[in-house]
Amino acid sequence: MSFINYSSREINCKIVYYGPGLCGKTTNLQYIYKKTNPDSKGKLISLATETERTLFFDFLPLALGEIRGFKTRFHLYTVPGQVFYDASRKLILKGVDGVVFVADSQIERMEANIESIENLRINLAEQGYNLDAVPFIVQYNKRDLPNVVPLDELKKALNPKKIPDFEAVATDGTGVFDTLKAIAKLVIMELKKGQQGG
Amino acid sequence: MLGSDLVMYEEEFKQIDAELQRLLAQANAKVVFLVDKNGQLIAATGETENLDTTSLASLTAGNIAATGGMAKLLGEKEFSILFHEGQRDNIHISIIGQRVILVVIFDQRSSLGLVRLRVKKSAEFLGGIFSQLLQKVESGKGAGKGGDSPFAEITDEDIDKLFG
Repeated sequence: MSFINYSSREINCKIVYYGPGLCGKTTNLQYIYKKTNPDSKGKLISLATETERTLFFDFLPLALGEIRGFKTRFHLYTVPGQVFYDASRKLILKGVDGVVFVADSQIERMEANIESIENLRINLAEQGYNLDAVPFIVQYNKRDLPNVVPLDELKKALNPKKIPDFEAVATDGTGVFDTLKAIAKLVIMELKKGQQGG
Repeated sequence: MLGSDLVMYEEEFKQIDAELQRLLAQANAKVVFLVDKNGQLIAATGETENLDTTSLASLTAGNIAATGGMAKLLGEKEFSILFHEGQRDNIHISIIGQRVILVVIFDQRSSLGLVRLRVKKSAEFLGGIFSQLLQKVESGKGAGKGGDSPFAEITDEDIDKLFG
């Protein structure tokens, strides 16, 4: 649910990074924060526990520049990945314009990935969204680790609809901006569709 | 207005801005701002120069969302007012028309009673403006009028440019 302000000529969109615990959602945001020009970003806010596990959400506002004279801002959020924080995850999905699912490529996390993507579908449905209809990107993270699931298998399990997907190593930034760019594009195109439709 | 975008037009924005300024003065507050429930800052007035209003907006919405979750668990519809008391500054947060959040930051120059009283009055007025805005958006008036919608002719190139 974007916010279009004709008075100040601004567009604000909300993107949520979803995925199982420790898959690298916060790391994605940290890398984007590190690599973005100070003028175009706000503070990275992390509501985390003392052991740096996300408790409620991370938040990073990004001002990307102008589209047709409108300042375009993306508000990036992560959810807490741990299973028992489900109530918080639901709240953060409210008003979402686009979702990035960050998968953990390690073999032992495959079950957690599948559980999390199913949880995403259910929580979106509770808000009245259909995962197949919202702008959605899948990122296969941690591709640098030795014990990863082959890409084909990941795709088959997590992306049967063949939506745009990316391999990533969030710790060194590989694939992070490709993912962000792709979801931003989908979100803006969705806005365009919505405007034309209305 | 679940499922539709929040759109703000010049006319309503001016009315809202004027009302926030009036509230700021009448409640003797430091800062007054308005956030939508998804965390987008709608308008702000007062001593905002050294204040990270974007982050405050997001955290306010998170706060309201968490409190709303608690309300649900207790069988309440919502907790419509939150109040945080600090040593120097206090924050009064209230929900207007189930859709937007009004935040007033004040210090010892004002009082909770005064803020509550003034917020109540402003809430009625602001609620009216937002239902007017809602009607306008739903009837499609104003949106993309005269082809000035920023999205109408967007291209891949425009989007690529954003990322330099």
